[in-house]
Formats: sequence, C-alpha cells, structure tokens
Amino acid sequence: MSEAFHIVVCGSVAPDPLQTLEPVTTAAGPGLKNEMLLPHVLDPWAGHALYEAANLAKQAPGTRVWLVSVGPKAKLQQVMMTVAQKVPFELVAVDGSASGFADAHATAAALADAIGAIPGLDRSRLILSGGWESATRCSSVTLQLVGERLGIVDQFQGVDRLTIEAGGALRLTERIDGGRHQVSVVEGPPVVVGWATGYLPEPPNNPQVGMANMRAIMPALQKARPVPAAGGGAAFLRVEQPKQVRETRIVKDVPTEEIAREIVAWVRGA
Amino acid sequence: MEQVLVLLHTDETGGLPKAGLEAVAAGARMGAELGGAGFAVGIIGAGVQADANQLAGCGASRFLVADAPELAQSRYATDAAAAEAVARQAGATIILAPMTPRFARALPGLAHRLGGRVDTHITGLAAAGGTPVVTRWFYRQRIEGALQRTARPWIILLDPGAFPAWTGAAGTATAEAVPLAFGPALTRTTVAGIESPAAGQQTIRPDADLLFVAGAGWTKKQADGQPHPADAEAFILDFLRRSRASLGGSKSLVDLSGEGHAVLGFMTHMNQIGQTGATPRHPKGLATCCHGEEPHVVGWRFITERRAVNLDANCGWARGKADVLYVADAFAVMKRVNELLTDGN
Repeated sequence: MSEAFHIVVCGSVAPDPLQTLEPVTTAAGPGLKNEMLLPHVLDPWAGHALYEAANLAKQAPGTRVWLVSVGPKAKLQQVMMTVAQKVPFELVAVDGSASGFADAHATAAALADAIGAIPGLDRSRLILSGGWESATRCSSVTLQLVGERLGIVDQFQGVDRLTIEAGGALRLTERIDGGRHQVSVVEGPPVVVGWATGYLPEPPNNPQVGMANMRAIMPALQKARPVPAAGGGAAFLRVEQPKQVRETRIVKDVPTEEIAREIVAWVRGA
Repeated sequence: MEQVLVLLHTDETGGLPKAGLEAVAAGARMGAELGGAGFAVGIIGAGVQADANQLAGCGASRFLVADAPELAQSRYATDAAAAEAVARQAGATIILAPMTPRFARALPGLAHRLGGRVDTHITGLAAAGGTPVVTRWFYRQRIEGALQRTARPWIILLDPGAFPAWTGAAGTATAEAVPLAFGPALTRTTVAGIESPAAGQQTIRPDADLLFVAGAGWTKKQADGQPHPADAEAFILDFLRRSRASLGGSKSLVDLSGEGHAVLGFMTHMNQIGQTGATPRHPKGLATCCHGEEPHVVGWRFITERRAVNLDANCGWARGKADVLYVADAFAVMKRVNELLTDGN
C-alpha cells in the first residue's frame, strides 16, 4: 500500500429497532411521537460502513477516517458515547434533523457542505462512504446526491467487500438481484461506496479508543453547525402505521403428521 | 401537462428485466391519468432495438434509446450520463423507473443533475389533481406514507413486484437514438464479472412462490439437550431443493453464521430479512424457529400468506402477524414435510 486514503463515512442516528414508532404531525411535517425520548443507535448500515472504514485504515497507514453526521446534537452525543468505543475516527457533527421524513436532497446538501469544509481533506484520495440505505428514510439516495455534489462519478451501492489491488485500484463487490454480486474494478479514489452489511463483525468496545475519540468528539459536538429542517417540496397526504392485524389460527396439540400434511398442501397451493 | 417518461435498462442478458415491464404498465396508466398526454419509453443498453420492439404495442408515443457498447455494463458514470441524455431529450417531468440495483445506484444522481427530486421504494402510485401520488414506507417498513411533490422533474423508482407487469405483442418500434459521449473519466470503472452462488447453493430466489424463514431456534439445544446444526442444515436445504423456496434468515441467525459459529454454513447476510436485511415479496411465507419482531413484522411485510412453526404458543410476534401458528417442533415437522414432498403425497 503506497498511499493513504481519506475516508468520510456519512451516517446518523436512528431509533432503536426495538422501539415502537408512532407517527405524529408536527409544525415541520410528519414526525415521531416522543422522538427525542426514544433511545437511538448509530444507523446500522452506517455502522457497517464505519467498521469497514476502520478496517481499511488498518491496511493503509496514514489513512484518516471521519464520521460526518447530521442529527440532533443531543442524540448524537448520546450515541457517540457507545460508538466512540468501537473504532478510531474523527467526528464532524451537523446539528439538524435525522428524521426519516426529512428531505434527502437537503440532507445531502448539508453533508456535502460539511465534507467540503473538513480541513486537510484530500479529495483525490477520498472514499465517501456510508450505509447504502438508512433505517429512517430508507431511500438509498443520499450518498449518490452527496457524491454528485462533490463531483464523484465512480459510485457503488450495496457493497459487501472492498479490496485494494496492486497499483492502487479498488475492487468492489456489490449486491445485485438473486443473491448475486457484481464485481467492479475502479482505477482508484475518489469513489462513493454505499455499504451493505459487509462481512465484518461488530468490533468489541475498547475503552482506550473511546477515551481517545471522545477528546475530539466533544469539541466537535460543541461546534456543530445548526442547519434548518427543509421540506424539499414534499407534501405528505398521510403518514400512518400499518393497521393490518391478522387473526392467527393457533394449531396446538396436533400430531406432527397432520401439521406436515397441512403445510405441504398449502405449499402446493391446495 | 406532465410529460411521462418510463426509463428502462437492459440486464446482463440484453433483455428487459421483469421490473422494467412493471414500470411500463405503471407508466401507461400514469400517462392516461395525468391528462392523457401519453408517455415515452427510454431504454439504456447495448443493442436495444429488440427491446424497443418488444414494447412496440405498449402505447408509448416515443421510444428513445441510449444505445452504446459502454452501456452493456452496469456502471454509475455511464448509466447516469445516458439517463441524463434520455431525460433531457424527452423533456420529461415525471420519470418512472424500476428500482433495480442498476437504477437504484444511478438515478438519484440523475435527479441532482436535472435539478429535480427523487423518491424510491415506491409501492403505490395513483394520480390526484393532475399529479402523481406515491406511497412508500419509512423506518424500515414500520410507517407508511403517501406524498406528492411540486418539484420537477420527479424521478419515481418503483419497487419490483409491487405493480403488475405489462404484457403485449411485440412489433417494430421506431426508435430515436439519443446522442451519447463517454469520455475516459466516465469509464474508470470496469465490471469484472458477476459472482453467483455455487450450483446447488443458490438459496435466494426472488421469483419463488414461497419464502422460508429460518430463525436462531434451529441452532439451539433440542429436547435431548444438544444442538443439532447438521440436522438443521440438512432439513432446510432439503426443503429448499424440494419446494424451490427462497431462504430468509433472522438477524440473530445470520449474525451467528458471520461470527464463525458452526451453524448453517449456507446462511449469509444476503439471506437476512428485517431491519438491516431485505423485505422480499413472495405470495407465501413460512417462518420456523423465529422469535422476534424482525422476521415477523419487518421481514415479511410484503408476504401475502404467512405461517409459522415454533414451540411458543404465546409468541407475540407470530400472533397477529401470521395466519397460522403451528406450535410444534420444527425439526420433526420439516423432516416429515420433506418426506411428504418426496413422496408426492
């Protein structure tokens, strides 16, 4: 490895997956009931992207990793207490909405502005990454929009593996239909990489990494620039939880033979 | 009046994917409902005249083709450039396209280049007041919303399987070639190939009638106090072979596999359904040994008929989400199911 990378991971907070979410109407549009009281986590796919970035940094000495987050400052601070213990990174915080109903184009603009203002960022060595989809808006568009704003036209989504080839080319494996992967080779950075789950396990907590990270994270949070919520021109006609509750037939104390025959008949369309 | 463009691409075989035909049907309907201005079809690929001919009877008023060898490969830079050229030539205000991996990657960038907006994972499409209304899910299939936009062009990516596919007779389409220019900056990426699971190991089948969901219970201790992962693997793979079902896994089970435990070796994150996995569309779903919200709520949001097998009659996630809950030992049930499928009884 001859050259280091500058890896920027875009990712924010999302409500803990185990929480019940109830939509409400706010002055700014749809939102979640008691949103600021809900426990939050780092968006799962963004988490994968962060761990992959740290792994890549180990392979390329001198590589720097930034996590750029647009979210409510208080929630970012809570989540960073945990995330900071996982891998080394520098935080760039933007105090804004992490709502699933926030406009992706406005979020992309805020992210691109924040990335463009990172001191010392070498755009020629930039790997702009994040989750290929968030657990909030679930749109799969924000990274592409940020990439366009930064002028990056080599983009990959649903990436499960990134390896560095001799000569500095990058080999990327992207998910496509039917459980298959497309393998592409790009000459080198700058690239946009939207991660799927990859193959790395979640790193264990490391208090020493946490202490080192938090020395810079707290000042970064204090400096977080506020950005106003932007609607982006969408008019929501309705926002609701699915109402469908099924009448479940419980089949209990029935011989295995009978259950198996019923399942087979059902599978066959009888 | 809205100008509707249905944007399509060819797949690696050179044909149109089924999701593309679904977009054609949706576009024909939108073209009629949004003031009756009709619609245009744009096709991106290499050697696409045959694909245009396939759609000759779909009612499109124009066929715009971006036809170049570079477009035989699914690559962001060339796909976005071609899509931009087609959209500009069509003068489209509404662009409908299938949310295939290729377009999911490329078309958000198109929205930026055209100064428009993009919405993805659209599961419902209607017209109201002369403008489209789209339905999509937020927070990983937990909240559903319907919205309209005033910004144009508006790119709408339709979830595969959510709309009926167009069917009709082929003919001869008069295709308008869209001028294209791909400089070296757009071809820095080369597609090296497609990796498919080894023969016999293909467990993800998007067109299958049945989704079989395996939960972590398959790896737990059974009645004899021992886990039986080898038996579990054999039963599940045998069932998949006989039923031609697609395989989904709960996050807990997939994570066990990823952490190197000696469990279900064929299970990967590709199989995962739920919050950080897929939400596939199949007519039927059978969940086994699952205890949790993700497989029962998020993972099979788009499964029509749902049944579950587990040992807990009070499983709160199966109750109210499944049509039938069999309280039984999944090992015994699936062993017998496989025998019956073999017998043809």
